[in-house]
Amino acid sequence: MSSQPKIHLDQVGKVYPGTSAPAVENLDLEVHEGEILVLVGPSGCGKSTTLRLINRMIEPTSGRILLDGEDVTRANPDQLRRRIGYVIQQIGLFPHHTIAQNIATVPKMLGWNKGETTQRVDELLATVGLDPEVYRSRYPKELSGGQAQRVGVARALGADPDIMLMDEPFGAIDPITRDRLQNEFLRLQEQLHKTIVFVTHDIDEAIKMGDRIAILGERSKIMQVDTPERILAYPVDDFVDDFIGTGSTIKGLNFLTVDSLNLTSYPSMTVSESTETGLARLREAGGEWLVLLDDQQRPLRWLKQSELSPSTGDLTERGDELGDQLQSDDTLFHALELMVQSASGCSVVVDEAGRFQGCVEMPAMSAAIRRAQREAQLHYEELEARS
Amino acid sequence: MCVGWDGSFRRRKGSVESANFFTYVLDNLDFILEETLAHARIVLIVVALATVFSVLLGVAIHRRPILRAVVLAASGIMLTIPSLALFALFIPLLGIGNPPAMLALFLYAILPILRNTVTGLDSVSPAVIESAKGMGMSSLQQLLRVRIPLAWPVIVAGVRISTLLTVGIAAIAVLVGGDGLGSFIQSGLTRNGLPNASNSVWVGVVFTVLLGLVLDAVLATVQRFTSPRGLRV
Repeated sequence: MSSQPKIHLDQVGKVYPGTSAPAVENLDLEVHEGEILVLVGPSGCGKSTTLRLINRMIEPTSGRILLDGEDVTRANPDQLRRRIGYVIQQIGLFPHHTIAQNIATVPKMLGWNKGETTQRVDELLATVGLDPEVYRSRYPKELSGGQAQRVGVARALGADPDIMLMDEPFGAIDPITRDRLQNEFLRLQEQLHKTIVFVTHDIDEAIKMGDRIAILGERSKIMQVDTPERILAYPVDDFVDDFIGTGSTIKGLNFLTVDSLNLTSYPSMTVSESTETGLARLREAGGEWLVLLDDQQRPLRWLKQSELSPSTGDLTERGDELGDQLQSDDTLFHALELMVQSASGCSVVVDEAGRFQGCVEMPAMSAAIRRAQREAQLHYEELEARS
Repeated sequence: MCVGWDGSFRRRKGSVESANFFTYVLDNLDFILEETLAHARIVLIVVALATVFSVLLGVAIHRRPILRAVVLAASGIMLTIPSLALFALFIPLLGIGNPPAMLALFLYAILPILRNTVTGLDSVSPAVIESAKGMGMSSLQQLLRVRIPLAWPVIVAGVRISTLLTVGIAAIAVLVGGDGLGSFIQSGLTRNGLPNASNSVWVGVVFTVLLGLVLDAVLATVQRFTSPRGLRV
């Protein structure tokens, strides 16, 4: 990457007094402007410590911290922290301040005038999906966990910092609310383009939230740092492989879309065609199943060879249900899910008008996975060759 | 100083009969109120000084485990020294009158406020302090805007305890020449069996209790209106 990193940890180390083994050792990490970098690792690996080194909640004992190329290792820590949003799992709202006062904490310290601050508070409440009229003058104890964490995020955004540090921000929230907050936050980030360092112990959250993921081992040693799809496709060693766990290939399907596949042509017939035509096509393809289409080429049902007898009844009453259909921008994860549910073992792809395009079958799917793995491997071999 | 008022008053009235308690109070109301105010003044000055001192001390020792243990133990021991002895101990240093009494009361008043200050500061959630620091509050800002306001209701509870304690013990001040409602008790006890002796003791007791109740009610109001709204239940 040629552009200057937004955050650069340069050979940073931390040794606690009275201990000989460093908690963090020679850590090099670059975070690029506008990205979410997730630090993930087993508990006790020092991921929170690493995060807290950036805003010097923990003072490094060696190395340098650079923000926009500026060395802030010796800068006034309070001034530094006012430039950096900080969200923690326990939120830590001030119980004696209203929601508005909480959000205004940093603007107030920075000496914003009253009108500016009030406007900013309302704007931020709206941004995180809380009605300012309702919530402005409430106290933290009147909020649910999810609402409190929204306020926590709004407060961290208070003075519009470029950088946000988030330490397991959604860790203490129930799964359904967590999922919603994650989605909202990702949507928010699309508008805000903050540079975010996000700590979690949950690899699935890391995969979901991260533009890049850094997998940390003991003493914050970076085992692999890359995009989620590449990490899933090509874990560099056993540690990473173990950490991302079983099912990593399947998780990787979330990053591949249907249009990356070569769709197999699949035997089909419309309702107005004769069953003989259908049977002929089925024999020609050598398959077992056929897709029944309506006159606008929209898929209706799966038909088996045995169900194509010319004799009786309506074709649309025979065979098996088709279920949901895929479009080109759907993920292969979704495709796999439909495939497992489908009577024929493959999932149907349609265009925007709902017209039959073809089917996703297992061999195409595994070819796509292998291609992604090969690409990731090639990427790493290139990196190695260059160094 | 009002030692001896009782005798002169009675002589002027020319009565040797024991009045009933209420008559006695009405007859002596001026003096009673004067001594009550003197008593209140001693208590309020002592508690005010002890509050400032104990809160500062509490903040200073709160995060220093060894010092904290030592100071809390010392202020606890202070409370176990018999008040009579403690009052007398300061006479060589400060002479007779209110000063030795006030110093002794001050030492008694420290423990409840100090202990509650430390407890109150302990009760502030670490997450709140972490986020205050993480947003760039200096140590002083954290203290003044977050830690003290959050500990405040507990600190004021300590001030109320100290006030009640001091109101009671201040009655002994009279023995080292101090002012206050203790003079009624002492005067009554020394004239035991004589007319109005028990009335005099009762005035000392009843008005000390009343003063305690009034001051406590005032502080309860202060506590309510100075505690942050977000903390009220």
